[in-house]
Amino acid sequence: MSCQLAADNVLYANGLYRLVYDLVGTILPCWLSYVIAGLVMIFVLVNAVLLGAAVITWAERRLLGRFQNRVGPNRWGPFGLFQPLADLLKLLTKEDLTPDGADKPVFALVPILMVAPLVMMTAVIPFAENTSLAALNVGVLYILAVSSITSIAIFMAGWSSNNRYAMFGAARSVAVLISYEVPVVLSLLGVVMVAASMSLGSIVEAQVLPFFLVQPLAFFVFMAGMSAELNRSPFDVAEAESEIIAGYHTEYSGVKFALIQAAEFGGVGVVSAIAATLFLGGWSGPWSEYLGWLWFLIKTGAIVFLFIWFRATYPRLRIDQIMAVSWKFLLPLSLVNLAAVTLEVFLLRGPEGVLTTGDLGIMAVINVVVTVVAIWVFGNLIRDRVKFQARQPSDVVVPGVTTIEVH
Amino acid sequence: MYGFAMVKGLLVTLKNLTRKPFTIQYPEERARQHPRFRGEEFVWYEERCTGCASCAKYCPLGIIKIVTSPSESAIPQGDKYRLEVFDIELQRCMFCGLCVEACPYDALFMGSGFEQGQYSRKNMVITIDQLRNAEKHPSTWFRPQLEGYEGEPSSGRGSRSIAQGDSRFTYDPRGGPPLGWREVGREGWRWHQREKAGMRLDTESAEQAGAGDE
Repeated sequence: MSCQLAADNVLYANGLYRLVYDLVGTILPCWLSYVIAGLVMIFVLVNAVLLGAAVITWAERRLLGRFQNRVGPNRWGPFGLFQPLADLLKLLTKEDLTPDGADKPVFALVPILMVAPLVMMTAVIPFAENTSLAALNVGVLYILAVSSITSIAIFMAGWSSNNRYAMFGAARSVAVLISYEVPVVLSLLGVVMVAASMSLGSIVEAQVLPFFLVQPLAFFVFMAGMSAELNRSPFDVAEAESEIIAGYHTEYSGVKFALIQAAEFGGVGVVSAIAATLFLGGWSGPWSEYLGWLWFLIKTGAIVFLFIWFRATYPRLRIDQIMAVSWKFLLPLSLVNLAAVTLEVFLLRGPEGVLTTGDLGIMAVINVVVTVVAIWVFGNLIRDRVKFQARQPSDVVVPGVTTIEVH
Repeated sequence: MYGFAMVKGLLVTLKNLTRKPFTIQYPEERARQHPRFRGEEFVWYEERCTGCASCAKYCPLGIIKIVTSPSESAIPQGDKYRLEVFDIELQRCMFCGLCVEACPYDALFMGSGFEQGQYSRKNMVITIDQLRNAEKHPSTWFRPQLEGYEGEPSSGRGSRSIAQGDSRFTYDPRGGPPLGWREVGREGWRWHQREKAGMRLDTESAEQAGAGDE
């Protein structure tokens, strides 16, 4: 009973899937090897996300320490590398509390619902040439759709916790998520337009010049928007410790909290992978047919570092400032980017609608100038225009001193 | 400039990233203590102690308990008592140092250690055996003869110079081997010899000091 993956199968290009399928197919029926190969791929992806979350937790704490002239966790394992493991063990041994007035099924569903979209998003990311689980031709659309599930999960967490602070955090988070979806989508539109495809594999292949050079404005808007969507500093009002305890996950403890934390840091990893794919050229690089995974990891790591760097640098914004940044700053910027890219693609593309490397170079030069000018113009437009009046000495009233008015 | 200030902020944090961490990894590394740091312990030299119980009298909390009996061996050399009990109830001590100030013979010193944590308050009483057997790293608090202080020449015996570090204080309480009773007294201190004409504890050291003077 031999079973080989057909060459016209959509998953034929995926080397690992084909390997497992063919291996299992020698002894088992086709439908079973199909299921087993799928399960193996899912296992790999889930572990990639969770291990990535662990490594990013460690990297974030170490790097934040160094940014603040501290050392960071360095006790457990080489360079403190086993610290996430220790954290996990601690959280697993904690009591798993559910509040008395909580909506229990919804409350228990939230951690799963927060991790699931992340794992789903990794399905379409090409880790190396032809190595995505599903080479969807609407990959970008799929990512945007799936990533929106997180906002529902956050709102479920806030609603089911029966806690005011959780509700505040959830309301803030949903407001932020909905506002920042718009500029992010508009910035990705430019990428899709230049690549002339929504498939992530095609977008990587289209990046003979990385898109963060071709569209720096889109990259800027994407990074800012994704910082907000991940509830990361400077847009982390949803879990602002100094204001609303822990926001939507105030009531979570034990395993559920561990999963939410894993989703938070795994989200950074997944979004960094997406950003690396869309803007930094993904697996493309020298010897990409062998070292594609290495280039992908290096680029993802660079974006993760950028996120941690932002977190170490910028203080938290107020909720109204966050809304202002989204609607008055990032939205115009993404519209400017969209208009510029549309015009450039319209004017530069060849008779078959193909952009050459030279065309991309011209776009890069124009768009760098557009980026600097647009950030300067819109930055100055939304700047706080309140002028503080200097107090006159006569305005100062000293208590206990009678003022004698001379007429 | 909105966007450029953001870049400026990023550069500031990047500069901090490249700096050496400020942290001292405590159990492996130690910060250098100030020589006058008053630790959670006392250093007591039995050879110098006459059992006068001045420390117990001056203690504002009355936590020093001293029981003495006349010493038969030391009677020919003066009124020296043998100590039977010397308990310091450290759990109530406020480390004011009045006992150290009161000691006329430089027998009691503030210690420089700070790792005296115990699980029970009962264990916080320092007994005479603990005082005898403790590693003696005295603090220079109220004992300036231990400091190689600038301007004032040190005894040369009580002080140890440290090559690097604070130039004002050359004495590091935890830096070297424990100090013996001969190294900590005031009698080797030249200022003291000039002003107070020194102390003679016993004939042997008196001869040594006399030989040094001539």
